[in-house]
Amino acid sequence: MTAPATNSGETQKSVLLPAIAVEHAVKRYGDFEAVKDVSFSVAEGEIFGLLGPNGAGKSTLIRMMTTLIPLTAGKAIVAGHDVAKDPDAVRRVIGVIPQALTSDPDLTVEENLSIYAKLYSVPKAERLKNIAEVLEAVDLSKWRGAQTKTLSGGMRRRLEIARGLVHNPSIFFLDEPTTGLDPVSRIAVWEMLDNLRATRNLTILITTHYMEEADKLCDRLAIVDHGTLVALGSPIELKHSVPGANVVEVHFNRETPEWQERLEGLDGVTSVQAESAGFYRVLTSSGSKTTMQLVELAAQLGETLTSLSVQNTSLDDVFVHYTGRQLRDEQVKPAAYTLPPRPGVRP
Amino acid sequence: MNRMMAIVEREMRKFFRSPTLMIMSLMMPLLQLVIMGNAFGGKIVGARVAVVDYDHGPQAVRIREAFDSIAVNIKTFTTVEYTNEVQAREDVRTGKIDAAVVIPAQYSRRVYSQDAPRLGLVVDNTDPFSSGSIEAEMQLVVTALTAPVIQPRLASQIALEIVELYPYVNYMKFLLPATIALAMYISVMIGGGMLYIDDKARGVHEGYLVTPITKLELVFGMNLAGAIKATLAGISLTVIGSLMAGLGIIFHPEALAELFCLILVSSIAFNGMMFLLMVRVDDPLVPRAMFGVLNTLLFYPSGAMYPIAAFPRWLRAIAVVDPFTYVIHGFKAILLKDGGFAAIQFDLLFLFVFGIGTLLIATPLFKRTL
Repeated sequence: MTAPATNSGETQKSVLLPAIAVEHAVKRYGDFEAVKDVSFSVAEGEIFGLLGPNGAGKSTLIRMMTTLIPLTAGKAIVAGHDVAKDPDAVRRVIGVIPQALTSDPDLTVEENLSIYAKLYSVPKAERLKNIAEVLEAVDLSKWRGAQTKTLSGGMRRRLEIARGLVHNPSIFFLDEPTTGLDPVSRIAVWEMLDNLRATRNLTILITTHYMEEADKLCDRLAIVDHGTLVALGSPIELKHSVPGANVVEVHFNRETPEWQERLEGLDGVTSVQAESAGFYRVLTSSGSKTTMQLVELAAQLGETLTSLSVQNTSLDDVFVHYTGRQLRDEQVKPAAYTLPPRPGVRP
Repeated sequence: MNRMMAIVEREMRKFFRSPTLMIMSLMMPLLQLVIMGNAFGGKIVGARVAVVDYDHGPQAVRIREAFDSIAVNIKTFTTVEYTNEVQAREDVRTGKIDAAVVIPAQYSRRVYSQDAPRLGLVVDNTDPFSSGSIEAEMQLVVTALTAPVIQPRLASQIALEIVELYPYVNYMKFLLPATIALAMYISVMIGGGMLYIDDKARGVHEGYLVTPITKLELVFGMNLAGAIKATLAGISLTVIGSLMAGLGIIFHPEALAELFCLILVSSIAFNGMMFLLMVRVDDPLVPRAMFGVLNTLLFYPSGAMYPIAAFPRWLRAIAVVDPFTYVIHGFKAILLKDGGFAAIQFDLLFLFVFGIGTLLIATPLFKRTL
């Protein structure tokens, strides 16, 4: 399986001015290889996404780039500094928002920001100015005196973002920043990050398992699965790399084994995925043509279509194309341990 | 330095905004002082002692008069008439009465003829404290009865004159040094150990690690904050506890200075020990599980409740390296004896060296990465 764009296929800008360059990064925990020979670079001012299911190695990658865990092999250069050789220089220029909400609930919004600014040795006058600016940027100015525990989940996430910016970093790392947020708050965070990038000339690296987030927010994406970088490119490039421009979703009122073969035989169809009983996702180069053929075929055979829809190719299809399975399959992990059945009860 | 103070500032703000934490670390030891101070060290009052009198002679009457005197004065026990020694013994066994005195037949005659007169005392020795008190009271009665009516002009027996250097120390005063030490330990355990591990588990620690703060700044910041919290707990307990126990020593400036020094080095010692124990721990359950065990392991061998000289050799070895031993000895030396710096200089030295030593061992073990 090949990626649509590798390092050689990246834009000229990213080659000349990489804010982040990861080269053959490997992380091993004993025999387990969490990150396997991953290479990519991020241009200045770019929003770059690491997309993958839970456990894919995204957080491990971000932790290696932010000096939290050492690389087993390979190299990571952040803002021109090697994370292994000069971690302090890296720490001075990055802002990091971890996955969990880690602001102190007992402290006020302003105190949380002030303490972090002090950890970066920001002088007092600059500190006060920065705090006012970042609070304005994340729309929390009127909550500056409120205790963090009184804020909503969305507001707390905005506070985390403000905290990561209080020392004016040039590169901003966010580990799943919208996990646990409602759709409205999620969109607000996307808009905020986009504005911040524009107004502060930030380079943003974000990890996510939300397709929509990756699609709408990121300039470029790296799809990571089982510690391996499987695809790299802009969302549009990635979608174009998948054979078929449209996805036709069709649901028949009854399941017959022949449908898979019949659908694959239609003009322009590049692949057919059986989702559940009678439900198929058909990748095709022409959604309208395939839809017409499908309706005619169903009428000839006397079959009833329960639903039919045509969509453009999504990142979900890209993920399926490169990994062989859907990202949402990974969202709910099977239990690692199951209890044995009770005596006399059939499993 | 500023970065280290940022850690201290954060810890102190959290501490003062957590009333539960303050109450737990300050009020609970005070409550313990009140309850234990009143529960222990009291005198036995109102025990029931059976008197089985087979003599009914003049000397038996003297004994009964002595018992009556005890019953109305110090009230250690009251007497109950029994006619049967077997029944009295059975009632002591079943707990209906606390002890039984048997005055045998011919007791008076034997006293007059100086023919080895004897009294019997049956006690329930499963309760050493009660039985010991009754035995001591009975011994006093017997000594008084044995004393000659006319004292000899020249005393032939050696007399021991006891001089008590200090005013009477009730149990609350005796317990105060241990209570202060315990409050400081609890403060370090909760405010240092548990919060540190909880911060690790919540990811707060990860937030520190991505900043340019150095390892030393982080370690010293956390330990300074822990030592300040323990010092505040120590000062509060010393002042409040001394007032409750009626110790006026805290109004003497010199003693106050000595106490402050002792509290400070004790805080450093406790904090260093806790940091060494927790430096590689990630599981929030560990400090909670350790809390009680460590308390028992360190508090009781320290001589807080029972003298170290009475311990077996191996327990004395624990006492030698146990910081509690020196904290409690120091507080006793100042609060109960007003011994001055000379009395606590070794305690101060040990605790300081212990605190810095544990911190120096813990610092290389502290990981700057996850």
